Amino acid sequence: MKHARSRTWLLWLIPLAFLLYFFYQPLLAIFRQVFSERFNQGWQFFTWSQITRPLLFTLWQAFLSTLLTLLIGLPAAWLFSHFDFPGRKSLRTLSLLPFILPTVVVATAFNTLVGPRGWLNLILMDLINLSSPPLNLLNSLPAILLAHVFYNTSIIIRMVGNSLTRLNPHYEEAARVLNASPWQAFREVSLPLLLPSILGASLLVFLFDFTSFGVVLMLGGPQYATLEVEIYTQAMSRFNLPMAGLLSVMQLAFTLLITLLQNRVSSPRYGKAALSSERKTLRRPVSRGQKAFVILMSLLLLILFVSPVLSLVSRSFVTFEAARGERGEFETGFTTRYYRELFQNRTGSIFYTNPLAAIRNSLVYSVITMLVATTMGFLTAYALSRAGRFRRWLEPLFMLPLGASAVILGLGFLITFNRPPWTSGPFPVLIPIAHSLVALPFVVRTILPAIQGIPNSLREVARVMGAKPWRVFYEVDLPILLRAVIVSLAFSFTISLGEFGASSFLANARTPTIPVTIFRYISQPGALNYGQALAMSTLLMITSAAGSLLIEKIRLPGEELF
Amino acid sequence: MLRVEEIYKDYDGKPLLRGITFEVRQGELVCLLGSSGSGKSTLLRIIAGLEDPKSGKVYWNGEDINQKPTHERGFGLMFQDYALFPHRSVAENIAFGLRMARRPKSEIDILVSRALESIHMQDFTARPVTELSGGEQQRVALARALAPDPRLLMLDEPLGALDHSLRTELLKDLRKSLHDSQKPVIYVTHDQEEAFALADRLLLLNDGLLVQEGAPETVFKLPANAWVASFLGLGNLLPGKVIDADRVETELGLLELQTQLEIEISSDCMLLLRPEDALLGEETTQSAHHLRAVVRDSVFQGEYYRVEVLVGDTLLQVNSQHDIEIGQPVHLDWRQDTLQCLPLS
Repeated sequence: MKHARSRTWLLWLIPLAFLLYFFYQPLLAIFRQVFSERFNQGWQFFTWSQITRPLLFTLWQAFLSTLLTLLIGLPAAWLFSHFDFPGRKSLRTLSLLPFILPTVVVATAFNTLVGPRGWLNLILMDLINLSSPPLNLLNSLPAILLAHVFYNTSIIIRMVGNSLTRLNPHYEEAARVLNASPWQAFREVSLPLLLPSILGASLLVFLFDFTSFGVVLMLGGPQYATLEVEIYTQAMSRFNLPMAGLLSVMQLAFTLLITLLQNRVSSPRYGKAALSSERKTLRRPVSRGQKAFVILMSLLLLILFVSPVLSLVSRSFVTFEAARGERGEFETGFTTRYYRELFQNRTGSIFYTNPLAAIRNSLVYSVITMLVATTMGFLTAYALSRAGRFRRWLEPLFMLPLGASAVILGLGFLITFNRPPWTSGPFPVLIPIAHSLVALPFVVRTILPAIQGIPNSLREVARVMGAKPWRVFYEVDLPILLRAVIVSLAFSFTISLGEFGASSFLANARTPTIPVTIFRYISQPGALNYGQALAMSTLLMITSAAGSLLIEKIRLPGEELF
Repeated sequence: MLRVEEIYKDYDGKPLLRGITFEVRQGELVCLLGSSGSGKSTLLRIIAGLEDPKSGKVYWNGEDINQKPTHERGFGLMFQDYALFPHRSVAENIAFGLRMARRPKSEIDILVSRALESIHMQDFTARPVTELSGGEQQRVALARALAPDPRLLMLDEPLGALDHSLRTELLKDLRKSLHDSQKPVIYVTHDQEEAFALADRLLLLNDGLLVQEGAPETVFKLPANAWVASFLGLGNLLPGKVIDADRVETELGLLELQTQLEIEISSDCMLLLRPEDALLGEETTQSAHHLRAVVRDSVFQGEYYRVEVLVGDTLLQVNSQHDIEIGQPVHLDWRQDTLQCLPLS
């Protein structure tokens, strides 16, 4: 037994050291940055409005986004948990699409929909014969809200829908037999029982909207800056690190607050009592009202989930250029030029980003991230599952990074590691390490339930039959966990491939990643840059989708990722 | 009072109920007995208005109530899992139906405390229902169903979720409460002991059809067919073929019966040999049914021994007052008037 305990300590040590060095050190550096500035200049280095303006806007857009998301998500959850209709399964799978799309892809996709070069404007220009785009939804609040609704509707569908299907139907029926009308039964029984999950899902959506970075940066423009975008702007264009640090502290405090609140409201209050093991039976829509609801709702969801993706892919194959000499005339046509351009190695100005290099970098980073994140996540999950009496102290230490924002991570890395040997090495390892920290929560949440799902009696049987501790691990744990590990590998690979927040701080002109390159292309003028951004987004989307398909194929049943 | 007429219902495209017709009279306790999946619960749900039948009608005092929504039917239904509202206390659960019926607050308070008293749970008023034991939950569920004074009470396996010892104890209470309420009751169960203990009348449901209907004693004595005998565990069932008006050919030979058979000649049937009627001994009682058997097993059951004997290739269960050694040859007989020949269905 003494032997086993020393081993457990070792398990703790490796991920703990990793986190202390690569997470807590940068975090502390941000704090130090803020407070040393305070000692040098007093609190004069900023004005309050510099903080309150982005903070209030962040809260406001998160509130609006959550409200809109609920407006679509709640009826959608109802649709999936109550009705059986043709195409239900496909639509449900489709609703998972946003989960797998990197933020830059979503931002570009919405750009092709509502941006000045987007389909909506092209069609309007064609219809009413205009020479310039009539609508500019880019750099506006509606564009941000739209993307947030696209992203988070699935969360409501999944979380609230899950409680809806698992809510024991006998409660509502018992109420009906006890003289309650359908509306009374819903208000008195179902609604109070569903409220924790609705509140929990809403707060989670709020949290995601609050910490949204890539979408806001690319669709909101400078005037609609959330805290995270402001952190990026302060650090990367104004070089005001203390200000960025102060905003980060703000951001962290709020994130922590929302997370705590979320945990509190969504903890199941009535135990397992309110849930039934049997699935609710789905019914075909019968009445005219039900049919109308099913048709309209599925149409709305179809448009919401499919149109950005279709728009992106189709737009990446279409040229649209002003014909020479003639004002208001345009040449449109099918082209694969944007894709071909990606693979042509050109050298130009120092601002030129080499797409091939970006693709190569991203793939290498992703492989490193995959290995680092899965190893660290595996050790962390094991440590958490075996912690015994230390667990109470060590768990928060491990779980805190799970809620950290990628942007703050990027800032911390920039402050802490922006010096030799990190910057002078032959290869920038900082990006994959940052990606690993971003992917770590997903890995832990994939592997931990799998470990906890192994009944201890299996290990004990192996012990009794004469297996040594390492042999027990090899014979019992490992084969059972293999699937979870494969899922983790695919997860961290996909996350790294699409990661934008931290990369936007760390990737320089020499070491671009795919998302960063997309961002640079789309921020620059010119049809070719735009087209290349679209082509690259499309490729990134396909790769992410392939990774997610793999995850979905080998996914263990009964896992929740949030 | 309640009349159910020609109810048909499909489940997953397969027929579940195939023309059910019966009545429940004032103050009568009817037990709906059948194996799981036989559609008993669905029948209750149709009566309660929670599900629509494919065809057929439900009448209350001659009035067709098919189109009436559940909450206007004034029936009570107790679920197998009780479905106590987990977000409400014991008293609030019991008060729910009264509140929905818009009874005045003062009246609700009185009725709830009276209901709590009747189940001996006065001290549980504010207790969350999630903290109750299985038996307590069962009592609260019954009190909740009875509180709004329903015109008809339906119970869906109310003791099904409890363990055996608790079951027998609560069965007595239940019998008393249901009897005292003087309401028409439909009680669904798959447990014949419960059904025999409670029912004024039994309805046996198999494969979507009402197979037999009658007082418990009648059903026990004269099962309508082989399924009823087997479902109630009445005894050994021996496949046979009707030869003529009072003789049946079986693997044990030709057996003569006392009563005239109502089954068509040369059709297949089942012969019921009840263990408690078996004559077991070493003495030879000369009769047409006399059999030679070997004891295979003998299990102490308290009041008797359940003995398994082998006759030729046929295994039979018989009761014996004393233990018999395994391997012992014995003589076995049934009195002619105890043999029953049952149609297959």
